[in-house]
Amino acid sequence: MPIINNNNKIDNHLINAIPELFSHFEHSHFTPQKTVDQIVTLWISNKMLISILSFMKSISEPFDMLYDLYAVDERLRLDKSQIPALDFTLVYQLLSIQRNQHVRFKVALSETEISIASISNLFKNANWYEREAWDLFGINFKDHPHLTRILLPPTFTGHPLRKEFPCRATEKDPFSLNEQKLQKEQQALKFIPEQWGMKKNNDSNDYMFLNLGPNHPSVHGVFRIALQLDGERVIDAVPDIGFHHRGAEKIAERQTWHGFIPYTDRIDYLGGVMNNFPYILAIEKLAGIEVSERVKCIRVMLSECFRILSHMLFFGTFAQDIGQLSPIFYLFIDREKLFAIIEAITGARMHPSWFRIGGLAQDLPQGWDKMMTEFVDYFPAKLDEYEIMVMQNSIIKKRSIGIGQYTSQQAIDWGITGAGLRATGYDYDLRKKSPYSGYENYDFLVPIDDKGDAYSRCKLRVEEMRQSISIIKQCIKNMPQGPYKAEHPLTTPPMNNLSKHDIETQIQHFLNASWGAVMPKGESSFAVEATKGINSYSIISDGTSSSYRTRIRTPSFAHLQMIPEISKGLMLADLIVIIASIDFVMADVDR
Amino acid sequence: MNSWLVPLIILVILLLLGAWSTWLERRLLSLWQDRLGPNRVGPFGLFQVIADMIKIYTKEDWIPPFADKFLFVIAPMIVMIMTLLGFAIIPFSPNIQIAQFDHALLFLLAISSLSVYSIMLAGFSSNSKYALLGAMRTAAQMLSYEVFMGLALMGVVILSDDFSLSAIVQAQSDVWFIVYQPLGFVLFLIAGTAEIHRAPFDLPEAETEIVAGFHTEYSSMKFGMFFIGEYLGVILISSLITTLYFGGWQGPFLPPIVWFILKTGFFILFFILLRAAIPRPRYDQLMIFSWYILLPLSLANLLFTGAIKLAILG
Repeated sequence: MPIINNNNKIDNHLINAIPELFSHFEHSHFTPQKTVDQIVTLWISNKMLISILSFMKSISEPFDMLYDLYAVDERLRLDKSQIPALDFTLVYQLLSIQRNQHVRFKVALSETEISIASISNLFKNANWYEREAWDLFGINFKDHPHLTRILLPPTFTGHPLRKEFPCRATEKDPFSLNEQKLQKEQQALKFIPEQWGMKKNNDSNDYMFLNLGPNHPSVHGVFRIALQLDGERVIDAVPDIGFHHRGAEKIAERQTWHGFIPYTDRIDYLGGVMNNFPYILAIEKLAGIEVSERVKCIRVMLSECFRILSHMLFFGTFAQDIGQLSPIFYLFIDREKLFAIIEAITGARMHPSWFRIGGLAQDLPQGWDKMMTEFVDYFPAKLDEYEIMVMQNSIIKKRSIGIGQYTSQQAIDWGITGAGLRATGYDYDLRKKSPYSGYENYDFLVPIDDKGDAYSRCKLRVEEMRQSISIIKQCIKNMPQGPYKAEHPLTTPPMNNLSKHDIETQIQHFLNASWGAVMPKGESSFAVEATKGINSYSIISDGTSSSYRTRIRTPSFAHLQMIPEISKGLMLADLIVIIASIDFVMADVDR
Repeated sequence: MNSWLVPLIILVILLLLGAWSTWLERRLLSLWQDRLGPNRVGPFGLFQVIADMIKIYTKEDWIPPFADKFLFVIAPMIVMIMTLLGFAIIPFSPNIQIAQFDHALLFLLAISSLSVYSIMLAGFSSNSKYALLGAMRTAAQMLSYEVFMGLALMGVVILSDDFSLSAIVQAQSDVWFIVYQPLGFVLFLIAGTAEIHRAPFDLPEAETEIVAGFHTEYSSMKFGMFFIGEYLGVILISSLITTLYFGGWQGPFLPPIVWFILKTGFFILFFILLRAAIPRPRYDQLMIFSWYILLPLSLANLLFTGAIKLAILG
């Protein structure tokens, strides 16, 4: 019995994509859906979920990483021809690193029966993703070990990503804090170890509970870890996130496609245009916009600049968290040099919001190559110096080698990507594995290591900076000529050279500028190798001027979830090294 | 000269030096870190200290309601008093010394042990977890480093046959003890750094781990006292190193007091440079370093010095 009747058949193309799946299960269990991003997308029934997912995990070259799990409120969809006539959709996206392939399973839920079996036994990192879906959509996961709010405070009422939840505060009653509410909030702040899955004492003594954060010098933002300590030894560490939650995914549903670009910059606030990248590429895929080689090259160059900027900050804070005071200042000074170039090119420093749908905001200014060349000639020698200062320091080695160590399997179980995964020996970098924006044309190496500890994570990032420098050099040398915007009606803002002569383009320009461009219907997603791991945007367009649902899959969210597993039994000071070596920003976690 | 005038002058000068060494440290750190540091108030930012003082005095002097009030208040006083008392035995020059007595070195060890109380009491009385962790670290660190600090000093005592600091300085009139006691010097330097919990042994107040350690809950001038106390400690240890290993005030051409200031100043700069350069070891690594490496070394140093001395005499 097909789940939906969208006239899509399981054809040979699909069977060849994942032959094991279709030979093991009857074809009737699946209804395929065509998506723009070419990822195999299959609707399955609620009952089949566990057996299908566990099968996917058990086959050879398994799909063993839960790449993303998110929900969609389908109740206001204008076009339901491709989806079941139910209210909510849960999307399980699995990744097989060996196959370098994604697969997406969708389950439809009705509003009245909004519950589904938890897969947190199957995939460890499902825990937080399911809590997020509960928090934002009110989807109930049966047998989930700890189904509580994660991004929003425990006293919050409502599920904000549901369509009926107002997006603007002005649509709600004014906020007031009365005595009763205050009491409730105060009550919620009370720390009860049992609620966090921790015991108050063991046979011989009481544990100390330390509230590390949300404001603490080395949690890099507003991040709280509830620690159970025995002396200085960490017995348990439970991360508490959500203090930086700004509802970016909800905002995406009210901004125009174009208007959401500045918000993406602030997701990983150290990543700058690197955040625009997956969003823009997902939309361009949806709209079918092809950009010129020049645009691709400029995008790559700027993204690599931001990779360096982000890694520089990481490198400095890593040393600082271990107690070395000076490197951070040297790195900030060099960051300033690179920011000056970013500013000359884009007009802004940390959040340029410079990529546009179908191109860039402007062409490169005259003399950019001179500035850039100066930097790439200057920085490598400095980097060598800093590497000696930090990585060769015996105290730093003592503090970080063997600390926060995990295996490749653990990394996969927790959905770790980026340098954290490569430090365990997996050579998985999207720039090589599924090149985008012309990365296949560049000559660079992907550094890998097999230790999987804090030291090797840092070492890899230092090496990545060198590789990024090499990419930038190639960009400078081979910058192609061409337009900085695509000649496409959906390019936002469009090229206006024709609009003074031709009424059709004039109207298009007017509509794009006033309402915003209307993207064609469909589902698209794009993943890039961002500064901290794989960042991807999954967007659903209903054929309007803003997205119906924008899902932002950030690397830091997955990475933080692993902290308890790798920090148990270590000292408090080791936990700080682990936090420093993960390289996260809280905006990237909480969105 | 009046008998109370010299101590008073020394006291005032030390307090001013303690305050201005904060300026010195900030300027030097920023020099080494490619920054400017405080350079706005007065020439070279020298009056920054005065501005800081005004600020720190006008801050709310907050005693947390959950703290043990009495201990909380006296803790910062202890560190100031003990460090200042330590200066009483230092021979700044042949005729400037506040107290001259025969077992000055033992007095000094006693004083520095007592200043541990200040930090422990501060940590415990704050009734805050970060402060408690800081106090715990301090107690362990200072007690274990004190052991071999004393042992390292005994090398000097053997060489000079005296516990009195002026006698030790006199004994170095030909050759500085650094020549005979290079290992003892290094050990004392390490122990001294740990004793005044300066980087890299600043674990009791490791800001990236336990916020501000034992003085997390302190504000206003009570915090200021810890702060100045730390810099006084740096000056004290530097002047001790000068006295014990570098011939104290002795030196050609220049007046003795200038030699003393130059030598001490050099070590103060060295302590600041240490802070700019070296990261922080972990608490248990510090303990292992102390008990497994430094303690045997200081014992060996003591035995070796004693054996040589006996051989020469015998």
